[in-house]
Amino acid sequence: MKQLKDIFVGDLRRFGMLFTLVALVAFFHVRTGGYVLTPANVMNLLNGNSYILVLAIGMVLVIIAGHIDLSVGSVAAFAGIVMALAIRDWGFPPWAGVLLCLAVGAAIGAWQGFWVAYAGIPGFVVTLAGMMLFRGANQLVGHSNTIPVPDAIQFLGGGYLPEVGPDTGYNNLTLALGLTAILWLVVGSLRARQAARRAGGEVRPLWMVAARLALLGGVVAYSTYLFATGRPGTSFPIPGLILFSLVILYSFVSGRTIVGRHVYAVGGNRQAAELSGVDTRGVTFLVMMNMSVLAATAGLMFVGRSTASGPFDGFNWELDAISAVFIGGAAVSGGVGTVIGSIIGGFVMAVLNNGLQLLGVGADMTQVIKGLVLLIAVAFDVLNKTQGRPSILGLLLRDRRGGGQAPAAASAASPAAPAGGPGKDGTDAAKRS
Amino acid sequence: MATFLEMRDITKEFPGVKALDRVSMTVEQGEIHAICGENGAGKSTLMKVLSGVYPFGSYSGEILYKGGPAAFRDIRASERAGIAIIHQELALVPELSITENLFLGNEVARRGVIDWVAAKARARALMARVGLDEDPGTAIGTIGVGKQQLVEIAKALNKNVELLILDEPTAALNEEDSAHLLDLMRDLRGRGITCIMISHKLNEIRAIADAITILRDGQSVETLRVDAGLDEDRIIRGMVGRSLGSRYPERHPAVGDVFFEVRDWTVRHPQIPDRLVCKGSNFFVRRGEIVGFAGLMGSGRTELARSLFGRSYGLFVRGSILKDGRELRLRRVADAILEGIAYVTEDRKTLGLNLLDDIKTTIVSADLDRVSRHSVIDPNREFSVAESFHRLLNIKTRTVDEGVSKLSGGNQQKVVLAKWLYTEPDLLILDEPTRGIDVGAKYEIYGIINKLAESGKGVVVISSELPEVLGISDRIYAICEGAITGALDRAEASQEKLMKLMTLTGAGGRPADKPGQQSGSVR
Repeated sequence: MKQLKDIFVGDLRRFGMLFTLVALVAFFHVRTGGYVLTPANVMNLLNGNSYILVLAIGMVLVIIAGHIDLSVGSVAAFAGIVMALAIRDWGFPPWAGVLLCLAVGAAIGAWQGFWVAYAGIPGFVVTLAGMMLFRGANQLVGHSNTIPVPDAIQFLGGGYLPEVGPDTGYNNLTLALGLTAILWLVVGSLRARQAARRAGGEVRPLWMVAARLALLGGVVAYSTYLFATGRPGTSFPIPGLILFSLVILYSFVSGRTIVGRHVYAVGGNRQAAELSGVDTRGVTFLVMMNMSVLAATAGLMFVGRSTASGPFDGFNWELDAISAVFIGGAAVSGGVGTVIGSIIGGFVMAVLNNGLQLLGVGADMTQVIKGLVLLIAVAFDVLNKTQGRPSILGLLLRDRRGGGQAPAAASAASPAAPAGGPGKDGTDAAKRS
Repeated sequence: MATFLEMRDITKEFPGVKALDRVSMTVEQGEIHAICGENGAGKSTLMKVLSGVYPFGSYSGEILYKGGPAAFRDIRASERAGIAIIHQELALVPELSITENLFLGNEVARRGVIDWVAAKARARALMARVGLDEDPGTAIGTIGVGKQQLVEIAKALNKNVELLILDEPTAALNEEDSAHLLDLMRDLRGRGITCIMISHKLNEIRAIADAITILRDGQSVETLRVDAGLDEDRIIRGMVGRSLGSRYPERHPAVGDVFFEVRDWTVRHPQIPDRLVCKGSNFFVRRGEIVGFAGLMGSGRTELARSLFGRSYGLFVRGSILKDGRELRLRRVADAILEGIAYVTEDRKTLGLNLLDDIKTTIVSADLDRVSRHSVIDPNREFSVAESFHRLLNIKTRTVDEGVSKLSGGNQQKVVLAKWLYTEPDLLILDEPTRGIDVGAKYEIYGIINKLAESGKGVVVISSELPEVLGISDRIYAICEGAITGALDRAEASQEKLMKLMTLTGAGGRPADKPGQQSGSVR
C-alpha cells in the first residue's frame, strides 16, 4: 500500500494532470462514438492549439516570476503582419521574414521588459498598454488589410512531416519521431536512476520506473500510431513539432538551469532572491522579453495556418494562455508553476473545446463550462493550500486506509461541475511536482 | 472562586503530526501566565486553540472559561467572550492611521457613517491607557514596531478584553520598548486583566510572570510558580528536558591578523534625502575572530551590514572596504558573495527564505554555480550537498526534499546558515542569528559560529540581546544612530558599559574606531 501510494503521490504525482487529460479524452471518445481519437481529429487538435500552447510556455514563466503579460495576442498580430509585409512587399525571402518576425518580438519584449524590470511599472499596466499599442500598430502598418504569406510560412503553421523512405503504410518520419521519443524516455529514466544511485539519493525500485515507462511509452506509441496513419499527405504536424521542441527546451531551462532556478526564486521571494545574489531585474527583463519572442513565434504559426496575417489575429489569446497556465497549477502570486503543467492545462481546455463541439454543445455553453473549469481548478488549489492538505490522490489513498477528515474538500468541490471534476486533481498534482 | 481558565487534555492533530498531546493548564484571574517551550513545542498551537483560530471540534479536550465550558467556533466568538490574541506578526494595515487601525472592523459609526471626531477622542483615550504618545492620525507604517504593538494592545482594550494573549511580544522590540511593554502588562494586571504570554526571554518571564507553564514536544511538562527561588536554569531544564551546562558553548579563540576593514563608511537613506543611516563607520575584523555589534533597533546596524553586502540597502555616499589589504568594489550582492562575504538576515521569512522552496533548493541557492555544469544544475550534486549540511548542522527533518515552510524557526535558521556556509565565505555577517528560536537550537547555532571562527573565518554577530553579544563575541562594537560609538574587548565589556555606548546619541560622524582607543589597533 505504501509503495502504491508512493507511485501515485510521489513520482507519478506530476503526471496526475496527464491522467485527468486521459480521462477527459476517454470520456469524449466514448460519447462521440470514437471520433476524438481519430487521426484527423488529433491533428486538428494539435494544429489548432499549438500556437496558444507556445504562448502558455512563455506565460507560465512570466507568471512564475510574479508578473503577467496581456499583450501577447497583439504582439503576435503585429509581428505576424510585419513578417507578411516584409515577404510580400519588401522583398524578404521567407527565412529572413521569419527572423524579422522573431526580432520584432525580441524588440517589443525588450521594450516591455525595460518598463517592467528597470522602471518598475507593474507588468499588468505595461502589457495592457502594449495590448492596445501593438493592436493599433498592427492595423496601422497593415492598413487593417489581410496580407497573404507564401507556402514556406504556411508549412510552418499548417504543414506535415513529409513522406520519405520506403512505403511502409505509415508515415516514416512520424514513426522515427515516436521511436526516438520512447527511446529517449527509457534511456533518460535509467540514466537518472543511475546518477541518483551514485549520489546516494533515493532510488526508486525498478518496477516502479518500468510501470511509469510502460504508461508513458504506451501513450507515445499510441499517439505515434494515430499520427502515422492519417489520410495520405497528413502526418505529425509541423506546429506540433515546433511546440514539442519548445516544451522540451523550456522544461529543461526552467527545471534544470540556473536561469530557470532564478525565475522561481524571483517569483517566490524577490527580496530573498536579491539578497542571494540573483540579478532580479535582469531575470524579470529576460522573462518579459522571452514572452514576446514566443508571442511572435505563435503569431508566425498562426499566420502560417491561416495562410494570411489579418487585423484581428491573436484576439483574446492572452486569456487562453493565462487560463492554461492557471489550470496547470501556477499560483497568481508567483513562484509556482511548471511548463508541462501549463501545456497539459492548455490541452485540457483544448480537449474540452473539441469534445463539446463534437457533441454539438453550443459555443455559449462551452464558454460557461470552460469558465467553471478554470474557476474550480484554481479554487481547488487555493482551498487545498490554505488547509495544508496533500494532493487529492494522497487524500483518496489516505482515506481508503481510514484516516483523517480530509474528503470533505474533495466532495465539496466535485459535484459542482462534472466536466470540471477531472480537471482539478491534476492541477493540484502538477503544481506540487 | 472558580478557576478563571482551565484547558483540559487538549489534543490537536495535523495530518501526520500530533501538535498537542493531552495538554492541560490552568490560569488564575488577574495573573500573568507565561508559556515556555522550545520552538515546535506547541505553544502557538495551544493559543490558537484557545482563541478559536482552530475552531471547537477540530481538537479534543475541553476548555473551561470563567466557570463554564467554552466552544469557540471562530476568533470572533472568542473575542466576544473577552479573549484577544496578539500575534507575533502584527495585524495592522500600514497605510491606515492609528485611529483607523484601532477601530478596524469595529468602527465608531452611526448607521455606517464613521464619526471621526468621536473616533479620534476614543483613540486618544485608548492610547493614553497604553502610554502611546503619538498623533492618532499618524500612519501605522511610520511608527516603530514597539509602538505598533501598543496599538494592538489598545485595540484589544477597546474590545473590553479580559484575557490577553501575547505571542512573543518582545521578540522584535528593543530593550526600552520591551521595558515599557512589560510595565504596561503589570499595569493591566493591576486592572484585573489576565495575560498569557509566550516568550523565549527567560529574564523577562522571571521579572513579570506569576506562573509558568512549560510545554515540550506537544505535552505540558509542568507549571511553576514564579518566586525568588526560581532561576532560569530551572526553567531551561524543564524546556529541554535536560540541563544545559552553559548557555554558550566554550570557546578557545585563536585570533589572527586583521583581514577585513571598513573605512569611513557612509550611506544615505534610500528614500529620505539628507538622512544618513551610516555615518563614517570604521571597523575591522580579524581572522578567527567573532566580532559583536550591539545596537538597539533602528540604530543602523542592519543598514550598515546590508549596505556593505553589495549595497543591498541605501545609497552609497563614501567609504571603502578592504579585504587582505585590497580594496573591494561591491556594487551588487553577487560581487559580495564572490568576494567571500555572506550576510544572514535578521528577517528570515521576508528576506532570507523563499518559503515555497524545499530545503535542498534553498541551501544551494546562493551559489548555484557550484552545483552546475555549463549553468545546468546537477540535481544529484544538489542533493548530496544538502544532505551533507543536513547532517553537519543537525537539521531536524526526515528529508532535504521537505519544504522550508514546514520547519520550525530554529531549523529554518539552520537552513539559512547552511545556504551561506555553502558559499564558503571568509566573512560571515549574522544579523540577529538567534531571533525567535529556542534555547536548544540557539546553543547549536552558537556552536556553529564558534566552529567557523576556529576555522579561521571572520564572523560578525549583530544582536540586540546583550547577554548574547557578551556571551559569544571576542570584541564588541556599539552602534547608535548610524555611528559606531565605541569598541570593547570581551574582558572589559559589560552590559552596563555597552548600554551606555548604545545610547550615546549625537555622536554622528565621529570616527569612533581610532587606533589606540581600543585594545586592537588598525594597522
